[in-house]
This record gives sequence, C-alpha cells and structure tokens, in this order.
Amino acid sequence: MALTKANLAQYLIDQAQFSKQQAVELIELFFEEIRTALERGETLKLSGLGNFQTREKKQRPGRNPKTGEVVPVSARRVVTFHAGLKLRGEIEKLVPSDIEEE
Amino acid sequence: MVKSKLITNLTNNLMPLGLSEKQINRGVNLIINQIRSCLGKGGRVEVRGFGSFNLHYQARRNAHNPKTGEKVISPPRYRAHFKPGKELRLRVNAAAKIVQQKSKPTLVAARPVEA
Repeated sequence: MALTKANLAQYLIDQAQFSKQQAVELIELFFEEIRTALERGETLKLSGLGNFQTREKKQRPGRNPKTGEVVPVSARRVVTFHAGLKLRGEIEKLVPSDIEEE
Repeated sequence: MVKSKLITNLTNNLMPLGLSEKQINRGVNLIINQIRSCLGKGGRVEVRGFGSFNLHYQARRNAHNPKTGEKVISPPRYRAHFKPGKELRLRVNAAAKIVQQKSKPTLVAARPVEA
C-alpha cells in the first residue's frame, strides 16, 4: 500500500513522541512549505530526498486523443523532481537480478 | 530553499503547538527518511494535493562512453518519479501566469497550430 500522510503521522507519533495534532500539522505544513516555495518559482533542495524545481514550457502542438484534432497545449510552468544521491542509491538496489542474458 | 530554511519556517509556524526546533528537525528528517525507505522497498508515496512518488522502470539499453566511444551496457533499473498533484500543478501554473501578465501587459492570443 502507498505511504500516505496518515502513515507518516502515525510514524511520527510512534518514533518521535509527537502528539497526533503535532504530527498532523507538521506534515501538512511540510508539504505546504514546498508548495509555497515552488509557487514562488524557487528551487527546493532537500538533502536525503532530492531537488524540486519549476520549468517553463513553451506552447506546443498537441492532439485531442479522442478526436485526433490538433489543439495547442498552452505555455505553462511545471514542477520537476530529481532524486538525490541517497535516494538513487537506495533505488539502485532494487534492480531485478533476473536480467535476461543475451 | 534548502532543508534548514524549511525547518526555520516550520518552527516559526508551529510555535503554538509547543514543538521545538529540535523536534521539528527530527520530524522533517523522519518524514524524508520514510519517503526514501518506502521507495527503496519498491513502494509508492501519495500525498493528496501535493503529488505522488513512484518508480519508473527503465529497460536495459546500449549506451557508450562519449569520451572513448567504448560500448557500455546500461543495466535495467528503476528511477524515482514524482508526479505533481492537482493543487500543486494548478498553483504553480497560476503563479506563472500572474508574473507573465505583469511583465507582458499585451496578451498574445493563442493561435491554433495547423496540422
């Protein structure tokens, strides 16, 4: 099952003796701070996790997949995430060992 | 913004709950470590309004060392992927539009692209 805010809150209660209210508020504000920083167009570096940044996308041609009609995808600002070293290191261990041999 | 600044901001906002900077620092590190360890076990993380983290499989591919031209086989692997949630996506894009309107008062009408 996916890790959710409720799981994180329970973890803080168990591991760091937070009250339920403290845990819930800290988690809510933690994500809100990231959203606010990105809204301002800032790059956010969280050591142990990775970097979040915003990128400007130009208008590009797109299609309505249902009708096949060409419609422009408007210019927009999007959020990108790049995993940090520590996270990449942990994910690397997941590589399936049953690699097909040639 | 870096983690220490985020912790300072959280400390200022969470003062009324009786949380010290030290506790907040610990809490933030625990949150980050939990997200990382969940992904490290092949799991996924989902936070409504913020986004979700999951793993994307990347198949084996034939790469080469650009310096020597030597062929290298890049093994199949997983990559961490973040998909911004609806609220984050809309807020970031709305903020961009406000900035655009301030700097460019004349709006250029979006012209449909010919096929």
